[in-house]
Amino acid sequence: MTETETLTGRAGPYFGRFGGRFTPEALVVALDELEAGYRDALGDPAFRDRLEELHRSYSGRPSVITEVPSFARHAGGARVLLKREDLNHTGSHKINNVLGQALLTRRMGKRRIIAETGAGQHGVAAATAAALLGLEAVIYMGEVDMRRQALNVVRMRLLGATVVPVTSGSRTLKDAMNEAMRDWVTNVEHTHYLIGSVAGPHPFPAMVREFQQIIGIEARRQILDLTGRLPDVVCACVGGGSNALGIFHAFLDDPGVELVGLEAGGAGVGTGRHAAAVSGGTPGILHGSRTYVLQDEHGQTRESHSISAGLDYPGIGPQHAWLHDTGRARYEAVDDAAAMEAFQLLCRTEGIIPAIESAHALAGAIREGRRLGPDGIVLVNLSGRGDKDMDTAARYFGLMEADA
Amino acid sequence: MEGGRAGLSEEVRESGPGSARAVVERAGREGRAALIGYLPVGFPDVATSVAAMRAMVAGGVDVVEVGLPYTDPLMDGPLIQRATEAALARGTTPADGLSAVRALHGTPALIMTYWTLIDRYGVARFAEDLAAAGGAGLITPDLLPEEAAAWHAAADRHDLDRVHLVAPTSTRARIDLAARSSRGFLYAASVMGVTGERELVSSGAKDLVARVKEITDLPVCVGLGVGDAARAAEVAAFADGVIVGSAFVRALTDAPDPAAGIAAVETLARELAHGVRRSPASNRRRPVAEQPGGQR
Ligand SMILES: Cc1ncc(COP(=O)(O)O)c(C=O)c1O
Repeated sequence: MTETETLTGRAGPYFGRFGGRFTPEALVVALDELEAGYRDALGDPAFRDRLEELHRSYSGRPSVITEVPSFARHAGGARVLLKREDLNHTGSHKINNVLGQALLTRRMGKRRIIAETGAGQHGVAAATAAALLGLEAVIYMGEVDMRRQALNVVRMRLLGATVVPVTSGSRTLKDAMNEAMRDWVTNVEHTHYLIGSVAGPHPFPAMVREFQQIIGIEARRQILDLTGRLPDVVCACVGGGSNALGIFHAFLDDPGVELVGLEAGGAGVGTGRHAAAVSGGTPGILHGSRTYVLQDEHGQTRESHSISAGLDYPGIGPQHAWLHDTGRARYEAVDDAAAMEAFQLLCRTEGIIPAIESAHALAGAIREGRRLGPDGIVLVNLSGRGDKDMDTAARYFGLMEADA
Repeated sequence: MEGGRAGLSEEVRESGPGSARAVVERAGREGRAALIGYLPVGFPDVATSVAAMRAMVAGGVDVVEVGLPYTDPLMDGPLIQRATEAALARGTTPADGLSAVRALHGTPALIMTYWTLIDRYGVARFAEDLAAAGGAGLITPDLLPEEAAAWHAAADRHDLDRVHLVAPTSTRARIDLAARSSRGFLYAASVMGVTGERELVSSGAKDLVARVKEITDLPVCVGLGVGDAARAAEVAAFADGVIVGSAFVRALTDAPDPAAGIAAVETLARELAHGVRRSPASNRRRPVAEQPGGQR
């Protein structure tokens, strides 16, 4: 492949017909500064060293890959390998992006960060980095999500962050993002908006991918070392799409590797109660970029539904929209029931409790493994651990003491 | 009424009787700022919102901004958020905005909207329907000039105003881009933040208007935060137009019933209309038409 044909390293603002910037004029200068700032930082060996040092000595990179043969027996006997982002400090892949952006915040001379969070994993990571680097942190979280991810609310508060309940709209991730944007346009002079996924206006989708692509870079090397070849399929769950793009990116120019993004199918895409922006949405504009969106005939955003707070979002990062259009990646829905079945299966067969978000990727791996059979190799991004989900799991499986 | 505007030459159109620019400039010749009022269509219901827009005009509003409710209004404060949420809950659609424009015939009416709604409607079709309804144009707070090529072309086809925004953080280059991209007037956001009334008009607004005036002779109207006659008079001293939104929405929100809301809107418009006439003439810049030079 020639330079111009490669799919890796796309810097935005556009990914095909997607991406761009649909924001108030008031934010343009900050977005331009951010773009210049992160490019400058990534070109600075001192910044890269500091980030690598934090990865190594603080969050615990490289994360290992784990082969899961007992789980794989339920996946057509294919080899299944998990990229263990759940073992990172704070419990998910979110810390990778947060450490990068928090260092950047310091470098840009800002002292306050704001963030939106759904599952609370991004909020916890942001609160953690703020504590580490001496920044003030304000986290916006939908009221519904504060209830279903209560443990993470306590974690953020322990870490010294202010958690602001968002009571507008559907009271979930999308509304938390609206509220964070409102804060940012008011306080942009001294505040950095630390977006937690590959969504939002340019340069966020490209920048967050830069900070997450380490997942795939490590995994590609690790899987070659372990199996001597590239995987047939890479599976990742997709909320905004940061863990998926993080692991996909290193494989974009390996045409033999199929990339599968698993969207939250909720009660089923046919029911309308889901969060599958590609499988069940249409091109539109949400949170500053053009992408696939769940919307009605007038362009009003439809509420998303998922048992997983981190995937309960009616949009998807614009680079995914483009990867879908070009056919380089496939996006498929996994409904709540299939995700919870895969969740329980990994617990029982391997002694690993995944985040419910990541369980969607596991359900996808079961499907892909069955399709490939025993000769296949499936790499799964295990984006986070399930501690935060005990309340949801206890209710779902009837494990509360009163029910037992 | 406005049906004959299509096909007029550039100069005629820019000063045509129905355009927002002509109305703002006429106010300037009267030695005052123009008064521009915003209300979202559909709150508390479509009929009341349209009646309230007409009441604004009766009270002295020169140009009406018709808001289209959107599910994710990330540039609006709590008051407008709640009003537009209520409007959506009652099933308000972009077509209701066009009906409101039609009902305002004789007064320049601009639709103000989040871009995704126009994108969904189809920008060419929306421009056509807006022109057919007699609308003056669009205010596009989240459509940057860089993303606006399709809209600009459609606006030109139908002689519609295209109002972009500038903010206190805008650089000279960005103000220049916004000015070159706009027709009708330029909307200057007085403060960094979302819609809502404020205690004080920031000094940033005055500085911003001064910076804009160095670059363009397009009229500059100031919005965000103005809620009463005193604030309107303050802004009228340095801007060509004063834009008021949340205070009108509050008049409707606080009223015990629709009729009282409509009356309160008219009363507020009357007070604000006094405000924009009260600023000492010595403070006001010369009316636009008398300024030398410029790009027209
Ligand atoms: C463990 C985990 N995985 C995935 C996601 C979804 O985000 P993204 O699609 O950006 O990876 C979240 C979000 O909260 C999460 O906590």
